[in-house]
Amino acid sequence: MSSADLAPKPEGILDTELDAESLRRRLAETWKTRSGLVGFLSSVDHKVIARRYLITALIFLCLGGLSAVAMRVQLSGPERGLIGPDLYNQLFTMHGVTMMFLFAVPIMQAVGLYLVPLMVGTRNIAFPRLSAFSYWVYLSGGVFVWVSFFLNMGPDIGWFAYVPLSGPEFAPGKRADVWAQMITYTEVSSLAVAVATIVTVLKQRAPGMSLDRIPLFVWAILVTSFVIVFAMPSVMIASSFLILDRLVGTHIFNPAEGGDALIFQHLFWFFGHPEVYIIFLPATGMVSAIVPTFARRPIFGYLALVLSLIAVGILSFGLWVHHMFATGLPKLGASFFTASSMLIAIPNGIQIFCWLATLWSGGPLRLKTPLLFVFGFFFIFVAGGLTGVMLASVPLDLQVHDTYFVVAHFHYVLIGGAVFPLLGATYYWFPKLTGRMMSERLGRWHFWLAFIGFNAAFFPMHIVGLWGMPRRVYTYPVELGWGGINLFITAGALLFFLSFVLFVINLARSARSGEAAGENPWDAGTLEWAVSSPPPNYNFARIPVVAHSEPLWAERGSMPVAAGLRVDAREVLISTVAEAKPDLREKSARPSIWPFFSALSVGGTFLGSIFTPWAVVWGALPIAVSLIGWFWPKGAPEDEE
Amino acid sequence: MTKAAGRIAGAVLLAFILSGCSGVQSALDPKGPAAGELARLIWFFTVLCTIIWVLVMGVVAGILLRRRQRRLHDPLRVDQDEERTISRVVISAVGATALVLVGLTLLSFFANRTLAGIGEDAVLTIRLTGHQWWWEVRYENAEPNRILTTANEIHIPAGEAVRLLLESDDVIHSFWVPSLHGKLDLVPGMVNTLTLRADRPGIYRGQCAEFCGAQHAHMATLVVAQPRAEFDAWYDEQLKSAVEPSSEEQRTGRDTFLNGPCVMCHRIQGTPAGAITGPDLTHVASRQTIAAGTLRFSRGNLAAWIADPQGIKPGSKMPVMDLDGDQLNAIVAYLESLK
Repeated sequence: MSSADLAPKPEGILDTELDAESLRRRLAETWKTRSGLVGFLSSVDHKVIARRYLITALIFLCLGGLSAVAMRVQLSGPERGLIGPDLYNQLFTMHGVTMMFLFAVPIMQAVGLYLVPLMVGTRNIAFPRLSAFSYWVYLSGGVFVWVSFFLNMGPDIGWFAYVPLSGPEFAPGKRADVWAQMITYTEVSSLAVAVATIVTVLKQRAPGMSLDRIPLFVWAILVTSFVIVFAMPSVMIASSFLILDRLVGTHIFNPAEGGDALIFQHLFWFFGHPEVYIIFLPATGMVSAIVPTFARRPIFGYLALVLSLIAVGILSFGLWVHHMFATGLPKLGASFFTASSMLIAIPNGIQIFCWLATLWSGGPLRLKTPLLFVFGFFFIFVAGGLTGVMLASVPLDLQVHDTYFVVAHFHYVLIGGAVFPLLGATYYWFPKLTGRMMSERLGRWHFWLAFIGFNAAFFPMHIVGLWGMPRRVYTYPVELGWGGINLFITAGALLFFLSFVLFVINLARSARSGEAAGENPWDAGTLEWAVSSPPPNYNFARIPVVAHSEPLWAERGSMPVAAGLRVDAREVLISTVAEAKPDLREKSARPSIWPFFSALSVGGTFLGSIFTPWAVVWGALPIAVSLIGWFWPKGAPEDEE
Repeated sequence: MTKAAGRIAGAVLLAFILSGCSGVQSALDPKGPAAGELARLIWFFTVLCTIIWVLVMGVVAGILLRRRQRRLHDPLRVDQDEERTISRVVISAVGATALVLVGLTLLSFFANRTLAGIGEDAVLTIRLTGHQWWWEVRYENAEPNRILTTANEIHIPAGEAVRLLLESDDVIHSFWVPSLHGKLDLVPGMVNTLTLRADRPGIYRGQCAEFCGAQHAHMATLVVAQPRAEFDAWYDEQLKSAVEPSSEEQRTGRDTFLNGPCVMCHRIQGTPAGAITGPDLTHVASRQTIAAGTLRFSRGNLAAWIADPQGIKPGSKMPVMDLDGDQLNAIVAYLESLK
């Protein structure tokens, strides 16, 4: 065991002075989340927060899925009267906003929040209180929009909420405001997590984890976080301008008063296209984590994969206009966006080829459920990517834009490209979170049901789209002959829904009585598998020293560790950005209830501002109070140094 | 006839009409040069993408079926020769991807140029204004008394290019008749131009393709392409004022119409009704559908629509009127006479 003493003048109790047993005991005491309601609301442990995020996102997935099922039942035949236009329009809006803002983005960030500190070998996320705050804001945003829906106040303007349809003239009532403020809630929370993640990855990596040894999943989350930081403000501007138009009568989007209706679409899609990659990139990171473990070899083309991730992250900002080809933009400008949309297929292609190369040249494949979902991902995502290439073409897009062809395309990309890897990742990391394996038998049933159900539901949508069926219609006439194929789609959708029921059963049963997992059930190579399952609240008793991109494969037996951190205070090791040389010891924030109060007052302000602009003024007071509480110097030891 | 039965009968009849004129709403059934070019493009992309997908899935199948030796226990040991071979394969695959993408980009660019070149010789200009949830169709003409306004049905001369000026009066709509052309949005504050050309006479269905509120699903339009002579005759007929009522019932209908709330929204040329909020009804009985393709035009459907517009098209701007049975029948009789 090599040790590098980091502190020139140690104070307090250092880990070097303790044996393994008392070290663990003391660390557990220092890092524990207190019990009771206050303890519950005060927790800043990234694992605790991430678990809440995961469970909450799963609930929203169920709600989003149920709204899809309701729509599919209505569309199962022509001119069905089960659901009228008013409810239907709310349902597809709720489905969209739930899946995008309340499920896909948060769950990807949550997986990152849980795993990134473990994978980079640190004890907590950077800015733990900010992460706690973000969860409460996210939760209140989600509850807010769903309560509004049950009060018949759900937004009915689509997840994209184009003006003027969402403007003051054509969307009376509060439905559009609910949409706009729901955006604000979720954006605030995802920005907060993104910032914390970036700092964790750049500054808290274990000694020796230089940039070229960062696990690909962490790279993916890092790039995603940067994309979030640059993309989300754009939609926040759009939704805030919309609120201003609606609340205080600005005419930013009103063409009759010199405003512009299309600028909303530019702002929305400048966020909206990167949004797709915010969901997809973490999924590629999951694939990059699962593939080497089950192929029993290091990933092929690590550098190419990292560069592809970065390239996708940057290029994703240059494609937004391909959502607007039908708005009548100048043809030359549109053609530029055809070229840039085609271009992004290259880094995505590189990723596919590298994964296939890894699997091809690996040892005998262990075809466990996680890998099964990765194969499902290849099957579906490649098809979705190719229809994406079709949509990149301006003239071709004019025929299929806003039809079921597009619905098919983005479900192939988002479900195939993000949800299948996410399901694989669930089977893969569930043992780490719970200490128990998920059932392989149910897992296989789940996979095949999901795979068949998905393709049965979404493949025919390509065809019915080309036959002329537009999106967002609550019914269609008999004589167009779309009835049969829509009935088939609905049957597929029900099958797909059933697969998720099976998934939830598997989750619940395995969490209770799954086979015990141990530290590293898959014999994987990255750091999160070095700690017990579930990990202790302090993650690592001693901070590992990394000398290889697959440290657990390189150091069978014992890992070298760094020592010199205090055990009686929450300390994390700060390292340099590029080479991850140990640099500083830094205090990590202790539990606090103020992030919860801050989130409450911020959420209350957002809620109030739906009704009156004065809410912003009066809401500033409790926000100021709770922030002062949050940052008040307490004279605690952590603030003395 | 009950309302439901009327709707079913109407639907069947409309299906008959549509299938008779091969006017289904499919991008794969092109009836004009633009849609033809687009259908070719769609098929080319589809075939090429299918081939690429099959190739990739071939590799996936190969991975699953491949027999391999058991590797050494150490997963970090990789065969450097094999790595080099694989690198070459991957690099070639990336190169091939790039080439295909460049090819497709160029193809798309040239298809776009072809489309832009169609119909520069347009003979007719139609101003199409989107409303929640119907289409206002106005034929521009240098002589003001030859300007014609109608709704929801766009008659064009077959084989000739027609320029459409697309505008919106409220929210964003999108004009899309798949068998003739790709879609183009109607954006408030903007005028977009689309050129339509149908090769042969026929009826081509289209519908709004941009979500525009409650009744987005019921905002259809029919493009009726006619031989030139027939089109000219239709045009002259449409320019005329509404016919005078010829029966007592029709006269009662007209009076009820003119004294009721109907005149707040509708225009009937030749009568004091001159509002332009709703569709022009001067020749409403010459159209094939009611309420932007919601119902086929028939006496029963017309009565059903006037009696209960909110039941048939919930959210529609047409309010429920307080009419007794006689008044309803009279109005229907009058409107039915407006050929």
